[in-house]
Amino acid sequence: MEPVRRVVGRALPLDRENVDTDQIIPSHWLKRTERTGYGAGLFEAWRRDPAFVLNDPRYRGARVLVAGANFGSGSSREHAAWALLEGGFRAVIAPKLADIFRGNALRNGLVPVTLAMPAVTALMRAAERDPALEVVVDVEAGAVHAAAIGLHEHFVLEARARDALVNGWDEIEITQKHAADIAAFEATRSAWLPTTTRRAT
Amino acid sequence: MTARTLAEKIWDAHVVASDDGADLLFVDLHLVHEVTSPQAFDGLRQAGRRVRRPELTLATMDHNVPTTSATPADPISIGQMDAMTRNARDFGVRLYPVGAPEQGIVHVIAPQLGMTLPGMTIVCGDSHTSTHGAFGSIAFGIGTSEVEHVLATQTLWQRRPGTMCVTVDGALPAGVSAKDLILGTIARLGTSGGVGAIVEYRGSAVRALSMDGRMTVCNMSIELGARAGLVAPDDVTFAFVEGRPHAPRGAAWTAALDAWRRLPTDDGAAFDREVHIDARELRPYVTWGTNPGQSVTIDGRVPDPDALPAEQREAAVRALRYMDLRAGTPIRDVAVDAVFVGSCTNARLEDLRTAGEVVRGRRVRSGIRALVVPGSMAVKAQAEREGLDRVFRDAGFDWRDAGCSMCLGMNPDVLRPGERCASTSNRNFEGRQGPGGRTHLVSPAVAAATAIAGHFALPEDL
Ligand code: SF4
Repeated sequence: MEPVRRVVGRALPLDRENVDTDQIIPSHWLKRTERTGYGAGLFEAWRRDPAFVLNDPRYRGARVLVAGANFGSGSSREHAAWALLEGGFRAVIAPKLADIFRGNALRNGLVPVTLAMPAVTALMRAAERDPALEVVVDVEAGAVHAAAIGLHEHFVLEARARDALVNGWDEIEITQKHAADIAAFEATRSAWLPTTTRRAT
Repeated sequence: MTARTLAEKIWDAHVVASDDGADLLFVDLHLVHEVTSPQAFDGLRQAGRRVRRPELTLATMDHNVPTTSATPADPISIGQMDAMTRNARDFGVRLYPVGAPEQGIVHVIAPQLGMTLPGMTIVCGDSHTSTHGAFGSIAFGIGTSEVEHVLATQTLWQRRPGTMCVTVDGALPAGVSAKDLILGTIARLGTSGGVGAIVEYRGSAVRALSMDGRMTVCNMSIELGARAGLVAPDDVTFAFVEGRPHAPRGAAWTAALDAWRRLPTDDGAAFDREVHIDARELRPYVTWGTNPGQSVTIDGRVPDPDALPAEQREAAVRALRYMDLRAGTPIRDVAVDAVFVGSCTNARLEDLRTAGEVVRGRRVRSGIRALVVPGSMAVKAQAEREGLDRVFRDAGFDWRDAGCSMCLGMNPDVLRPGERCASTSNRNFEGRQGPGGRTHLVSPAVAAATAIAGHFALPEDL
């Protein structure tokens, strides 16, 4: 994963709640076996509406997605994070993000930002008024800035997640440093736990 | 020792290491399917890694498999299924492919095989992994990078979730099912009511449910936004598990029972949030919108957005437009084009029996496309032994092979644009059952009665 320290760019205001992963990337895109090639599927159904905000040329190149509560709800598909990244987004700001989506975003360098409702609303309105509004997501400091509207907000990012983003760490490599702990744990597991190989006929 | 909840006990028993607020959890069972795993296996290959514990990994094919030979899979789906076969072989993972008697929806087959037991940690690259919580296990969905991480290490970094309980006391009224219990819960708490928490379902109405019903409830925990859902194991659980192919036997069974009986939440343990629901207030639910919280009871009407709380109005207007519904229409007056009885929510034996009883000796309303898709080939075989295939076929239903089918639009079973469907599945998102399709979530009994009546109905309306 590429390190992500700061995200700087325009904000796309997607003023809808409960944007589910079936909208972000419809399931027929999930038949592929690659990690790339999902950009054209991003919000595929909504994009057919010329008035959909993603079709507005003034927001071309936006790197920050500002959305309503419960963004990324629904399925666990990591393809949602992949599609957003291919769509140019590097951060998502919402009052609430779905748990699995948040984890998927973190593991792919898409910065998940949860802010209180008033701050998200302020950003949403400002981005609607001014498509060129510059938003800065400072991962190291855990802060969002939109200087033009005097918005400076902190967001919660666990130290582990922050370090992984900032350094672009491979999580499996980190875990493998705990190989001895894992082996010790395995030695204590109960004998009744099931395996695919032990089966009564 | 301080009193702990069921979820806390299981969590504590699986912590391998901790680092800065995150726990490295050991994973007892990793379920794998064809859609969310190919990129993970490729990642292992690129890094020269192997699957650490293949015998704790179980794979099947369910999402994009065709459920009838009349509609073969498209080439891209075939490529994905071939990749699953290749990956299982290369990495030594047990796979139940299409054609195997054990094949089926991943969340239906693991409990059937006795691979899902109380007190375990279970993950899968699929959000409805929460289903397995019905056994008193911590079970949750993960993304593909996490699938790769579990394959490589059999562990997962997780922040400890919050605790929450939903207590449903009293007896469910006649005709009100486990599906209605969970739809009613989501209607009350909203689709993000459980974000960040593991929800334990408690109370006499939950205790009275069969394992099939408890799985339905836990299945839709994700529609509540919860990380996972669970029900404390009891004699109903133990009776279900005993004798299954991978369940412990003899002395191991006794040891397991001993451990399982210590799992339930201690008296005096506190939850971060407690919600009480009176079972007697629940009715059969029908969703009218495009998220699972947008529902009313079968006796209700399509809501008027202006009468809803301000923050729900805009979404309701958009949903009604998508669903092509007019505010004030009685739900029973809404006619459907298709009926789907299937999915990991409602395609177990009890669901098929319930739906079968409703349609027995009746005919599906002409013009309606109705299909029954058993959750697994084992469910199908048992249903056929009970003659349910004849019941459904005689009524005019299609009787299919196991798979996710019309629960999601990535296999040949899809709604056409504009088609309206009464579905026993779990998500009514826009386009979920196919682009432009309109989904109403209901219980198996309501789905069956609706197929006969042609519009939303209860069995007693027929
Ligand atoms: S039946 Fe539906 S919800 Fe269940 S695993 Fe399949 S696609 Fe997912």
